[in-house]
Amino acid sequence: MQDKNDIINKKSFSLKNINFSSFTSTLLAILLGLIFGFFVMLFAMPANALAGLRLIAFGGFSRLGDVLYYATPILMTGLSVGFAFKMGLFNIGASGQYTMGMFFAMYAGFMWTLPRGVHWIAAILFGMVGGMLWGFIPGFFKAILNVNEVITSIMFNYIGMYLVDMWIRSSSVMYNSTMTRTNYLPQSVQIPALGIKGSNVNFGIVLAILIGILLYIVLQKTTFGYELKATGYNKHAAEYAGMKGKRNIILTMMIAGALSGLGGAFAILAPSGIPGSSITYEPINIIAANGFNGIAVALLGNSHPIGIIFSALFISHLQRGGTLSSLVGYKPEIVDVVIAIIIYFSAFAMIVNAAIGNFIKKRIKKTHTNIIEDLIEEQDLTDASNNNQKEAE
Amino acid sequence: MSTLYYLIQNMLPVATSLLLVALGGMFSEVGGVINIALEGIMLFGAYFAALFVYLVQGSGMNPQVILLLGMLVAAVAGLIYSLLLSFAAVTMKANQTITGTALNMLIPAVVLLFSKMFFMSDGVTTNINFYIRKVPVLGDIPIIGPLFFQRTYLTVMIGFALLIIATLVFYKTRFGLRLRACGEHPHAADSVGINVHKMRYLGTCISGILGGIGGFFYSVGIMDGNVNGHTGVAGFGFLALAVMIFGQWRPGKIFLGALFFAFLRTLAYSISLIPFLYNLGIDQTYYKMLPYVATMIVLAFTSKKSRAPKAEGIPYDKSLR
Repeated sequence: MQDKNDIINKKSFSLKNINFSSFTSTLLAILLGLIFGFFVMLFAMPANALAGLRLIAFGGFSRLGDVLYYATPILMTGLSVGFAFKMGLFNIGASGQYTMGMFFAMYAGFMWTLPRGVHWIAAILFGMVGGMLWGFIPGFFKAILNVNEVITSIMFNYIGMYLVDMWIRSSSVMYNSTMTRTNYLPQSVQIPALGIKGSNVNFGIVLAILIGILLYIVLQKTTFGYELKATGYNKHAAEYAGMKGKRNIILTMMIAGALSGLGGAFAILAPSGIPGSSITYEPINIIAANGFNGIAVALLGNSHPIGIIFSALFISHLQRGGTLSSLVGYKPEIVDVVIAIIIYFSAFAMIVNAAIGNFIKKRIKKTHTNIIEDLIEEQDLTDASNNNQKEAE
Repeated sequence: MSTLYYLIQNMLPVATSLLLVALGGMFSEVGGVINIALEGIMLFGAYFAALFVYLVQGSGMNPQVILLLGMLVAAVAGLIYSLLLSFAAVTMKANQTITGTALNMLIPAVVLLFSKMFFMSDGVTTNINFYIRKVPVLGDIPIIGPLFFQRTYLTVMIGFALLIIATLVFYKTRFGLRLRACGEHPHAADSVGINVHKMRYLGTCISGILGGIGGFFYSVGIMDGNVNGHTGVAGFGFLALAVMIFGQWRPGKIFLGALFFAFLRTLAYSISLIPFLYNLGIDQTYYKMLPYVATMIVLAFTSKKSRAPKAEGIPYDKSLR
């Protein structure tokens, strides 16, 4: 009897080890996205499709500094979307929160005069406040007024964009009407560079990664994180267990907003060697793309803070590759196509993946059963496989 | 009085576009599929229809015939694009919000990519005049004539016809009832022999058709024949969703909602023509925000007693009870 149990334990252990969950499904989605992107390129311009694909997939390696530079804001918006996801909320409003954070940081940069060491920190924190405000609104509407957070945050994406562009245009300190964009932010408010030669990497990416790790700790090790996840899994059970659902919804959205706001602050306060594009903003009534890229980052990272750090780097890598693909006649938008496809497939890759996983598990189970057949008599075996099926499920 | 005429004449094309897309969203959602992808469906339909118009505009066809043909192209394009949503949401049981978002992100990128590569611009611009100065006979009726049959588009009349058809389908046909059953209680529907998956596919297909047409009407009536990837349809897909919620998933109320939002938007863009509002000296941007702010205010008051289809957003799984 003892022997039999041991065998069963071993068997179920080895089966459990094969984990066909998030990671493989993510890889599957990425693969499908790249394949689809390749077909789009093939359709658009057959001759250069292979070269284009190579640039998209590997081009980023030659621009590592830029990859890190552009990964910072989408890492923050990714964390924002992912954090809300854990609670079962879909924060599609990362764009608006990002824009608000950016504006608040800019305001602090132009309007306040502080010593160099303090100014940029103050601006970042003020940016965080801006994002937090814009995150509070959908949270409040959801918790108190039962309005779907998706609609609210989309509406506030537009409202935020119009407001910020209006505020900027009406301020003579910030707006330079001959350039049709804002003035360059003063030196004292720029995030210090990390000092790596020939790249624009600054302190922002370090902060962003630290915040990611901090979020991981909050989610895994604190009561608050536990409550969030519990509410995300089953709202009614969490409410029944005495967790304050409404308060948690508002808090989650505020934190998510703060994260996006930080992303906006990191983006606007980061100087780069690329002329004209950094530390200034052009109010042209367009919703910030970094917010939507955050959704891709969060989904690809399976809403796990550490996963999001890597997926932000990966998406940024793809984007750099996409910019490089203009060398062979494509446009950077090809990467947005690839990213959208990746999200589309990652939404149901889990299911495809589970099907493949089940198939392989069944095969393994068969071979295992053959070995065990020699060890135990038939009667026990049926019990064992019954047990095992439960384990596998 | 002429200002009022002007406002209503300009409001109707906007309302038509919103109305059709919101009706599309309604058909999808009463079947149980949340259609966040309306924005993408609109742009997809509009883009293909605009491409079609671009290709035939030199052939000397009657503009109104081209409009009708373009509408068909838009409907087919929207239908095809919506199949991507229903495949993911119904067959693959994927998260409908995420899939919809992916579809919304995909199409502006595709439009920008191809337009930049082949047209050297952000989109297509057609230069054909669909505008109707005055409908013969009907346009001469006092009051009603200038309100509805002067300086208008054929789209307005088509939109109104489609509203009537949609209402009839929704309330008076077996299909409408079955579709609603699938959104409220799919298991009950299944138990009496209704194929839930098929109904959900059909509901989403209708939303694709209406969404595509609505997108094309947006580009005709509001953007003057331009379709581009940068502004897309300026959040109209989402506004339509708000109109749908405002209308509590019922065609009649959706019609009223569409008129209301269209009025606000038209007002926002014609402030300079209304001396009273213009003299207040409020920044015009505030008026541009007005439709979005109004959406939020309206939703804040209507969502508490929301009558959303009970099973919306939940993939149908036979084995669950």
